[in-house]
Amino acid sequence: MTQPLSDPMPQIVTAGVDGMLVRFADRLSEPANRAALAFRAAVESLGWDGVEETSSTLVSTFLRFDPLHLSHDDLRAQLATLLKSQDWYAADLPQGRRLWRIPAVFGTDMAPQLEQAAQAAGMTESEAIASLTRARVRVQSIGFAPGQPYLGELPEAWDISRQSTITPRVPAGAVAVAIRQFVVFSRPSPTGWLHVAQISAQLFRPEADTPFLLRPGDDVQFIATEPGALEQMRSDPQGGATSEAIE
Amino acid sequence: MTRMLTIHRAGPGMTVQDAGRPGWLDFGLSRGGAADMLALAEGAALLGEKGTHTAIEMAAMGGEFEASEDMRIALTGAPMKASIAGTSLAWNASHLLPAGARLSIGAAQTGNYGYLHVGGGIDTPEHLGARSAHIAAGVGAALDSDTVLKIGPDRGGATGMTLDVEDRFGGGEIRIVASFQTKLFAQEELTRLEATELRRDPRGNRMGIRLEPDGDGFHAESGRTVVSEVVMPGDIQVTGDGTPFVLMTECQTTGGYPRIGTVLPCDLRRVAQAAPGARLRFRFVTLAEAVELERADRKMLATLPQRLRALIRDPHMMTDLLSYQLISGVVSGTEDDP
Repeated sequence: MTQPLSDPMPQIVTAGVDGMLVRFADRLSEPANRAALAFRAAVESLGWDGVEETSSTLVSTFLRFDPLHLSHDDLRAQLATLLKSQDWYAADLPQGRRLWRIPAVFGTDMAPQLEQAAQAAGMTESEAIASLTRARVRVQSIGFAPGQPYLGELPEAWDISRQSTITPRVPAGAVAVAIRQFVVFSRPSPTGWLHVAQISAQLFRPEADTPFLLRPGDDVQFIATEPGALEQMRSDPQGGATSEAIE
Repeated sequence: MTRMLTIHRAGPGMTVQDAGRPGWLDFGLSRGGAADMLALAEGAALLGEKGTHTAIEMAAMGGEFEASEDMRIALTGAPMKASIAGTSLAWNASHLLPAGARLSIGAAQTGNYGYLHVGGGIDTPEHLGARSAHIAAGVGAALDSDTVLKIGPDRGGATGMTLDVEDRFGGGEIRIVASFQTKLFAQEELTRLEATELRRDPRGNRMGIRLEPDGDGFHAESGRTVVSEVVMPGDIQVTGDGTPFVLMTECQTTGGYPRIGTVLPCDLRRVAQAAPGARLRFRFVTLAEAVELERADRKMLATLPQRLRALIRDPHMMTDLLSYQLISGVVSGTEDDP
């Protein structure tokens, strides 16, 4: 059988009976993530009849549609035409992006794996904090759990593996690092990623008017904060996070 | 007067459910909604409900309920032993629940998810456009004993109606299509998957159901790590030890485990309703066949209201129920179609 690694990209593939996936790469890269975000925004703005929902993952745009209303062949042809209309790997990111500055406690007993992660990246703890707070990272995708962002791309030193032993539970707001990415957990979760920082901003508040803090495509920078100060920010659902529009 | 349904006793995993909340996938929230969407539609048909319909989903175990005024109810999904004031009730049917009478619903006799529907629907607040609890996401919560639920105004209609339903509680053949990661598995693995009998493991919930293969597990070729990609209900995820899990209504939205195929939407309710220990077998169909099966299923759903017929009443039950006010208060609101 053909292996996806040798498949030319981008490719249009079916997902189940009522899904179509436009894949821009088979591994994470900035251009592929840019393409996935931009292509999804383009599909949304076209508002095709029969398309019920869209999303973007790290390297793909996903469409859920009604195959009784819009055939697989027709949707595939529409997507192929749209793909050809421009170079999506060099496309502008969607409008409405914001830069978030989010206070975070690095290390301490609130984020006990900073030392281990720094070691894996060949840094001291303070070098690691400096590197991780200097990085301005993009919300490459929100997924797995509601409001849960995957942020990247971190400098090459952070191309560290996930642990083979799973941490049974990190709390909501845990910032964990691996494979040149951060993930910030929106719900308490088991993970193989290394828990390096903790935020008090709530990523998902189902009863709020704005239930999700972040949107795919937003930029994020963490601000190193003292544990006492972070505790005080807990009364604020945004946990001290501020945002500004990216022009 | 506000119509209320009191849950005196709730089994574990009892939730308010509807057709789910589409539109939040890009924010990591899966659609959710009733584990058995057909049971939701059957209840709506039995009560003549139009549009969005919200019911109480009971996971393997029922509870005790009381209405503040006479209400029409319907029972669908996994059959459970049900009675009003000691008089047993037919499943897959609509009934009158008189004000103040106790409705008792027991354990599922077969299958997993039973549904209690009330004329007018469950009128709890909406979150992100729906009323259904999405336990995995922390939207809403399981219903506890002594919860009082607001019930919407009933447009009125018949009770004592029944519906012949599809038997979907015993497992059997589940039709699947190849999906974008199926080719990570060698053809021999796919052939073996179709030939392998799988047992529904007790470990299963609204997020996913574990299936225990009769024989070896299944493995993707060369153990390649795949980039995390979109996940949808019905996906058959194969974990590191080779065990297949069917992802259900509250599944995660992305995942890194390879998916060997995807269950047809019209067969997913049979996976949801296969009781622990039930035996299932997967069979690949083409995408074209899958679309035609979906078309047939959609047609079947549309004909549910026309397939109602009157229950044959048990005279003993009539006697008992006549001690309650059967007539007054059954119809409230307008009976005119909007």
